[in-house]
Amino acid sequence: MNHDEIRKIAHMARIQITDDEIEKYEDIGDILELAKEIADIDTANIEPMSHPLLNMSQRLRKDEVTEPDQRKQLQAISPSETEAGLYLVPGVFEE
Amino acid sequence: MHTKTIAELSKLLKSKKISSIELTKTFIERIKSFNGSLNAFITITEAQALEEAKKADQLIAEGKHSVLTGIPIAHKDLFCTNGIKTSCGSKMLDNFIPPYDATVVIKLKNAGTIMLGKTNMDEFAMGSSNEHSYYGTVKNPWDVEAIPGGSSGGSAVSIAARMAPAATGTDTGGSIRQPAALSGITGIRPSYGRISRFGIVAFASSLDQCGIFTQTAEDAAMMLNAMCGFDPKDSTSVEKEVPDFTKTLNDSIKGLRIGLPKEFFNNKLDSEISDKIMEGAKVLEKMGATLHEISLPNSKLGIPIYYIIAPAEASANLARYDGIRFGHRCDDPKNLIDLYERSRAEGFGDEVKHRILIGTHVLSAGYYDAYYIKAQKIRRLIKNDYDEAYKKVDVILSPTSPTTAFKIGSKMKNRVNMYLSDIFTVPTNLAGITGISIPCGFVNDLPVGLQLTGNYFEEAKILNVAHQYQLQTDWHKQIPKKYK
Repeated sequence: MNHDEIRKIAHMARIQITDDEIEKYEDIGDILELAKEIADIDTANIEPMSHPLLNMSQRLRKDEVTEPDQRKQLQAISPSETEAGLYLVPGVFEE
Repeated sequence: MHTKTIAELSKLLKSKKISSIELTKTFIERIKSFNGSLNAFITITEAQALEEAKKADQLIAEGKHSVLTGIPIAHKDLFCTNGIKTSCGSKMLDNFIPPYDATVVIKLKNAGTIMLGKTNMDEFAMGSSNEHSYYGTVKNPWDVEAIPGGSSGGSAVSIAARMAPAATGTDTGGSIRQPAALSGITGIRPSYGRISRFGIVAFASSLDQCGIFTQTAEDAAMMLNAMCGFDPKDSTSVEKEVPDFTKTLNDSIKGLRIGLPKEFFNNKLDSEISDKIMEGAKVLEKMGATLHEISLPNSKLGIPIYYIIAPAEASANLARYDGIRFGHRCDDPKNLIDLYERSRAEGFGDEVKHRILIGTHVLSAGYYDAYYIKAQKIRRLIKNDYDEAYKKVDVILSPTSPTTAFKIGSKMKNRVNMYLSDIFTVPTNLAGITGISIPCGFVNDLPVGLQLTGNYFEEAKILNVAHQYQLQTDWHKQIPKKYK
């Protein structure tokens, strides 16, 4: 896998990778190489299995409040500043 | 006191021959004296433990106890514990103090157990050696230059060095059974859906399940009785009756059909390990079980598809670490993207970043069908293999790991080689069934683990077989010299 491809994936994953460390990620190609052998396996008419709970559908519950308001406790552990119960983040749009 | 099983300790507590305070102090002292060299614990919760032990002694005095009241335990550091740091072995969560308990933590608290502390682990449970922890490598008490297995290495070592009678773990691709094998103890991963995962930091949601490390299968049965059961807070929790796992431990295994997958016992398997496993199988045969060769033809594809499915799910699950609501945040972000990218770059370690990148790649447009969907189709083939096998046999017996504990650093340069550590455990996770590893001997003074896997929700069956094996053998009673 070349460095441009690694940079592109890293950006999609929102992980900064500097030029100094990019070589460390070249072996991602090796791991995907491991997966090459699956391409030739015949899977015609096989349904993908996304989880082991066969024949189970998403459970629904009554639309009622079950949790107390924990906004304060949850915001107390935030590394961000909060104001009026909201998290403050840097601007999304450039000025 | 520290070498006794939970079953034994429970009786001593109830007959008031020992107190929970004494017991808790004994284990806290052992943790303090060994943790410097073994590095099994990230946090020791001494004050809280002594407080809880005092309450447990009161309950026992009042006759209001359950079978686990006053028994000290440890939790892997990815079970959320209210008010106590839950790091997941990562710098990302080094500052994370959850405002709530995981369901399993609550259940075990309600059962009267005492929390001694939180154990070390591979970062975000990604690893087979415990070398990927932000808090440093855990050492194997059988050889401190060797790894203890991973990712639940700290929990495994806490039992192996008798620093706790039981410790929780999670197993996404073998993270309970492989360290149990390499550390010479008992470790069970129940079926997917058997135990609530609410409050357990997520890695790969279609594979993750929590379980328990103990000295014996009997102790594991006692612990699972308290841990299992339906939880409306976990949408993957299954509404199914939980049997009393201790009730069937003494059932005869006469006529039990044991399958040996020919794909696992091929010429690539280390002959010394193979010999130990076959000796174990013969013990069960002597007790009346019958051995049958079976085939799991697609099991060899387990590792390749696991390293597509698990990273894919991890890349989605770990997207929540954004430097905003909890966890690590970088200094002076220039803008929102910079905040995300640097917080994540600084907070995650190498292995986690690798897996997020692999996962992001296999889920991206143009690759999704070739990798992710293809892997899910093969996952079904693997599950179908097990369905076929369990028509012919009751349990499947195999090695837990292809090697004994390897030297620290020896597999860090080659990721693919490291990933093959889980070759015998990963297929179980893909199918979602249950597996246990029990000690069955030594090769060059290092423990070997024997794996028994059972069909969906057949935990009672494999615990029964494991217990019967442990009545005939004493491998599970072996303790590394310095820790006796």
